[in-house]
Order: sequence, then C-alpha cells, then structure tokens
Amino acid sequence: MSNPQQLRYSKEHEWLSAAEDGVATVGITEHAANALGDVVFVELPAVGDTVTAGESCGELESTKSVSDLYSPVTGEITEVNEDVVEDPSLVNSAPFEGGWLFKVRFADEPADLLSADEYTAFTAG
Amino acid sequence: MSSTDSAAPRRTALDALHRSLGATMTDFAGWDMPLRYGSERDEHVAVRTRAGLFDLSHMGEIAVTGPDAARLLNHALVGNIASVGVGRARYTMICRADGGILDDLIVYRLAEAEYLVVANASNAQVVLDALRERAAGFDAEVRDDRDAYALIAVQGPESPGILKSLTDADLDGLRYYAGLPGTVAGVPALIARTGYTGEDGFELFVKPEHAVALWQALTEAGEPAGLVPCGLSCRDTLRLEAGMPLYGHELSTSLTPFDAGLGRVVKFEKEGDFVGREALTEAADRAGSNPPRVLVGLVAEGRRIPRAGYPVVAGGKVIGEVTSGAPSPTLGRPIAMAYVDAAHAAPGTAGVGVDIRGSHEPYEVVALPFYKREK
Repeated sequence: MSNPQQLRYSKEHEWLSAAEDGVATVGITEHAANALGDVVFVELPAVGDTVTAGESCGELESTKSVSDLYSPVTGEITEVNEDVVEDPSLVNSAPFEGGWLFKVRFADEPADLLSADEYTAFTAG
Repeated sequence: MSSTDSAAPRRTALDALHRSLGATMTDFAGWDMPLRYGSERDEHVAVRTRAGLFDLSHMGEIAVTGPDAARLLNHALVGNIASVGVGRARYTMICRADGGILDDLIVYRLAEAEYLVVANASNAQVVLDALRERAAGFDAEVRDDRDAYALIAVQGPESPGILKSLTDADLDGLRYYAGLPGTVAGVPALIARTGYTGEDGFELFVKPEHAVALWQALTEAGEPAGLVPCGLSCRDTLRLEAGMPLYGHELSTSLTPFDAGLGRVVKFEKEGDFVGREALTEAADRAGSNPPRVLVGLVAEGRRIPRAGYPVVAGGKVIGEVTSGAPSPTLGRPIAMAYVDAAHAAPGTAGVGVDIRGSHEPYEVVALPFYKREK
C-alpha cells in the first residue's frame, strides 16, 4: 500500500489533507482500515462540534472491534461524510478518497504529524 | 511438558501457504491462525452461497481406543457415546463433577473400539487431562493426537460437488454427523460431514504432511464454484448466525449444559454412572422449574455492534449479558447471543436493549438460531 505524499499523518492512523482556506479533510489510513477489517459502523462528530487534537471524536466499528476516532488537529467540524455513514465499507475500499470522514477548520497544525514517508516507516515497525 | 506448552504461537502445516495468500494472522488459543484473507464479510457470504476453505488444524484431537473405550467415554462425557454407530459422530460435552462445562466436543466413532474426540484448541489439554484421569480402571488408552492431524474444512452449498470431484468416497451416503475413512486428492483422510457454519460441509482430518497438497487440490477444484479461503473471523459470524455456542462465550465451567439451553446432550438414561450425573440431575430440575438466565438471540434495530460482556438492559436495569455479538452479513443487522433473566427471554419481549458503551440501543429478542439453511 502507498500513503499519498500530499497528506500528513498522525500516529493514531488518521490522515489530514493540505488545508484550503483553513479547512482540511480527515480520514483514516489504509493501514488502519486493513487492521480493522470490514468497517460496519461509523460515528462522526456533528457539524459545528469542536474537536481536540488527540482526543476521541467518534467511533469506528468493525466485525471484531470498536475503535475510537481521533482528530489530528484542534478545530471546528465544517462537514461530515454522510456517504460513509450510510456505507461504512467506503473506509475499506477507498480510505484516502471516498472514505474520508470529516472536514475541520483549524488554526495550527500540531508539530508531531508525520510525512508520508515517516508514516510508512512508522507503520512498518 | 509437551511442545504445546511453549510460549511461542504454534503454526499449522499450512502456515506458509496462509502467508503467501496475504492472510491477516491472529493468535488463537496459542496458535497463529488466519483471521481473514481479505474481507471477512465476503468470506462469510461465500460460505453461505458458494463454498469456503478453512484451516482448523488448531482443534485438539484425542484418540480413545481399547476394549473399554465406549464405557470410558460414557463415564467421562455426558452423552451416550456407546450408542454412536461406527462411522457416525456425536456433539457432546465433558463436565466437571459439579456439572460445569469443561468443553464441548465432537466424538467420531471410527471403529468398534476406536474413537476420535475433537476438543476446542483452548481446552484440549484440559480435556486430555480429564480423560486420562477418568480412564483409571478402564481398559482403554487415551492418546494425545494433536500433532497427528491437520484439519481442513470445506463448507458451503457447493462443498459436496467440490469434494466429489476429488474423491471416490460415497459422499451421498455420508449423512450429517457421519465420518468415513477415504482418499481425497490422493491423500488418506477421515472425511466427516460436520462443521461449525450452519451450512452443509465437510471436515477432513489428514496427516500434516498432506495438508498443503489437499488445500491446493481443494482450491483448484473449488475455483469454478467460487470457493475462497476463509479465516476464523467469518467462522465466528457464521456460527453465531447459526446459533452455535462457542466455549468461553456461551459455555464455561460456571454453566451446566442445562443453563446453556443444551440439556439435550445430557443422557441420564445411559448405562452406568458418569461424571456430573448428580449435579446435572439437580441442574435439570432447576432449569425446568426456576431457570436462571436463558440464552436468547438479540437483533439490533440500529447499527452499533454488541460485544461480549456488554450489559443487556430493560427498564433501566441490567437483565443480562451479551456473550457473542457481531454484524450479521445475512441479516444485514447486528446480532448477539445473550443470557437474560427468564422474565425477558420470550421472543418479542418489549423494551430490551443493549448498553453499548453507555448508550441503550434497542434490541429485539428472538429465538435462536438467526439463520437456518434450507435443506
């Protein structure tokens, strides 16, 4: 699997797109989706919610487990992906594209996010 | 101590093959086993509609042989094992003197004085120890055959056709819960029509050195019919839909077969005493007159998944506990098995929910199983 170069990554296996007008898209990585197995339920924050970097803001359930969803940044939710709520398998089939989870408006990117190469090395360990 | 007591996970004879297929592996009862190869949902659907291939080599085989083999098993287990015909199999249990379930088993009668007992991997040593202890005074040998077999299952509606193309054995004459020695793809095998999926299917006990050849032959023969390799994840959802108990979830030493709704496996009418008879007689009375909790099915109205250990609630009170839960690919909704207070156990009982991490999600109480194949 390859992690898109233009994204930034958290150690909790979320990705963050480059911000446009202060808003970026968040999803989970292919590595995380593969580790979960078939995702069957997604609970996302609501539009307008404030999320905090590194804190739980939702849930992902797969056949075998339930996992917290973390936001890689602190900010305000501007949009959530209703398609993925309706069809959680998008997280598995297109984690970096149609399986995106939410958009968040934020001011500062945490210093500890990883580049694609750093994240690839992190998950290879 | 035997090799099974080492800390490193054990690997089956098919280990390299699983890895070459890209399986996600998991530790299960000390074995490194395939959890899934791709999507566990797709694997589940393949078994329901076509066929799936499983490595079950972690299961614990124990041979019981000798002139008193039947008498020993009648004494050691709760079923009437002496009445099992040669070539047939029986689902049964082994209990403690206090009636608590040590394991659930399938016992195959291979010959007049030769049985194969198949225990869960997690309990194989316990069952072996108990059988050896209980064998005192009987002219019978209890032999650890765990390393003697690899076990490959082919399950699903297409499985008879797939297997037929690889064997001359009389599969049409092989009934459900029967087993016969034969040759499959040139490999000597005990061919059993058993399984843990709720579908028609076969379990093939072979020597470990023959496992790869058999797996590859089945893969090739099954390809046109849509057979896929399947991991333990879908095995769990398949057995859950079929309402089959799993030791450590629905069954434990703190429950008797009657508590688990499986009192039918206890045969009081058989000849001779058996371990647990007295306690189980009391357990049967209790289950008939004043049942404690009852094992029921639950079907979600929402989409959140109930997990083992989650409380079952009604009217703001805890009335039970989930023992197994999963998204059901067949029903398209989350399902669970749970022990609930008898007052809430009737199918259709209103107001029952599952406490899913603090949120009370509504659930419908249903009779088990969730899924039964059309015959």
